[in-house]
Amino acid sequence: MFYREAGDFKTSYQEDNQTFPIKFDRYRYYAVLFVAFAVIPFMINDYWVNAIFLPFLIYSIAAIGLNILVGYTGQVSLGTGGFMAVGAYAVYKLMTAFPEVSILIHVVLAGGITAIVGMLFGLPSLRIKGFYLAVATLAAQFFLVWLFNRVPWFYNYSASGQISAPERTVAGIPVTGANTEAWAPYLVCLVFVTLSALIARNLTRGAVGRRWMAIRDMDIAAEIIGVNPLTAKLTAFGVSSFFVGIAGALFFAVYLGAVEVGEAFGINKSFLVLFMIIIGGLGSIFGSFAGAAFLVLLPVFLKNVLVGTLGWPTDLAAHLEFMIVGGLIITFLIAEPHGLAQLWRVAKEKLRLWPFPY
Amino acid sequence: MLDQTEGYMTADGRKIGGVVMDMRNITLRFGGVEAIKNISFDIREGEIRAIIGPNGAGKSSMLNVISGFYVPQEGEVWFRGSKRPPMKPYQVAQQGIARTFQNIALFEGMSVLDNVMTGRLNNMKTGLLQQALWRGAAEREEVENREICEKVIDFLEIQHIRKTPVARLPYGLKKRVELARALASEPKLLLLDEPMAGMNVEEKEDMSRFILSVNDEFGTTIALIEHDMGVVMDLSDRVVVMDYGKKIGDGTPDEVRNNQDVIDAYLGVSHD
Repeated sequence: MFYREAGDFKTSYQEDNQTFPIKFDRYRYYAVLFVAFAVIPFMINDYWVNAIFLPFLIYSIAAIGLNILVGYTGQVSLGTGGFMAVGAYAVYKLMTAFPEVSILIHVVLAGGITAIVGMLFGLPSLRIKGFYLAVATLAAQFFLVWLFNRVPWFYNYSASGQISAPERTVAGIPVTGANTEAWAPYLVCLVFVTLSALIARNLTRGAVGRRWMAIRDMDIAAEIIGVNPLTAKLTAFGVSSFFVGIAGALFFAVYLGAVEVGEAFGINKSFLVLFMIIIGGLGSIFGSFAGAAFLVLLPVFLKNVLVGTLGWPTDLAAHLEFMIVGGLIITFLIAEPHGLAQLWRVAKEKLRLWPFPY
Repeated sequence: MLDQTEGYMTADGRKIGGVVMDMRNITLRFGGVEAIKNISFDIREGEIRAIIGPNGAGKSSMLNVISGFYVPQEGEVWFRGSKRPPMKPYQVAQQGIARTFQNIALFEGMSVLDNVMTGRLNNMKTGLLQQALWRGAAEREEVENREICEKVIDFLEIQHIRKTPVARLPYGLKKRVELARALASEPKLLLLDEPMAGMNVEEKEDMSRFILSVNDEFGTTIALIEHDMGVVMDLSDRVVVMDYGKKIGDGTPDEVRNNQDVIDAYLGVSHD
């Protein structure tokens, strides 16, 4: 009824190209931004931030990054955990080596370092594709985790082999370390998420994105129309790893605070982020958010229902949780293989005609 | 730059210019199989040049040599007056050679508009950072190239499906979108690999009309492979006939039609 494009005329190609061509979408987007930036920070406490918002926001960045690689460029990667570890260790080394520089700059630099590492491990993609490439990136995953475990320089020769984030402030307010207010790390992550999503959207709607998608849909035809597969694939690996690196840096510095690499950035993490984009929707920025939300919220929700409401013992609930999440993922993929983003799109199509479909 | 010495006039009064593409003594082997045997021919500016021949004659291989997919073992490819060194297909495309495929090679996951816009990728030069910012250079470039694409879309009468995902389109329209993508790059030489394969009469007529008006309006040089003899004879200015990798005829449609070797290749020879 309110969701209409009739009467919403576009008179220039700029208007036709905008992210939310329908007015209602645009207003909803502004409303979401407003709530996220101006309402939520005043309402949340430690539990909400640590159980829901921080993981959701950080995984969203990682999912956007992986989606650029897998969803937009069609290069399967199982190295996400390893690349997140690169981001985490890069930000750790930068934080401890240059304590006077702002943490925000460190996080962006960590993304840059991860981009370089990602491009390095993306080189095999020029020769191999599909499952074989997945195996090659799997090698990256194990190699990177091994590297950070074995070379003491990376963890500053600490006795435990762990890295832990020292306290750093932004404008005088601590965002890492033990003495943070709930809203400060939330806002830092939110800013990074918003910027990442904007950049990803801008890249995917223009020439760069078309080169990626051309490679994804038919690499031979892409080459015939003048796309250099080398640069297209490597930029995809670079940009993707940049986001994944930022996610890893935030995951370590802002969210966990202390990290043991095999535990935090193991192969499980790679699969988790991959599931997020598959469930959310490949080749969709919204899908990255939806998938991250789904896989972060579902366990929390189940735990609250099983332990909180039904009063089952925690260990039983924990095991059941795995089974339920697994079952839901399978059902979900059978019902809608194109993910939550596709459901959303279908809903919007229907809504456009509602309540008079003829 | 172009060899302007010997142009000629076509029967319908179009002026054909100098040689754009000159294939000199091309030989292409796959292991022991000689797909193309010592073939030479040229394509002149503004003409519609057909390559015909029975199945397996090496027509598609020839097109693949021109578009840089195969590198011939012997022979030289001269493009616009200079010898072309061995290059990758994307470099050939950047030189201004566009093509369509026998079995459609569109980007199925993208909309028609995006597919046509991919034809402009060689002209879109803004860097990654400008793209990330979008406002400014990237957006300006997008709009400029969009205008060119919209002209092609108008020209080929596919405005109504502009935002439809390509995967949803019927075969005939897909062929047209593929032509649009090739045209969007404003090619100096357009290669069409069986543009009318699998079409009904009506669609063939449409496609023929489009090919003729592309040639007429943009002056595009076109080389095409086609099996429908009626279409070939009507459309093309000059025809190369291939059989078993050899060139057996070259000339205007009328000359080719009366060439004994060509008749033998198509109808067979009695061995008595």
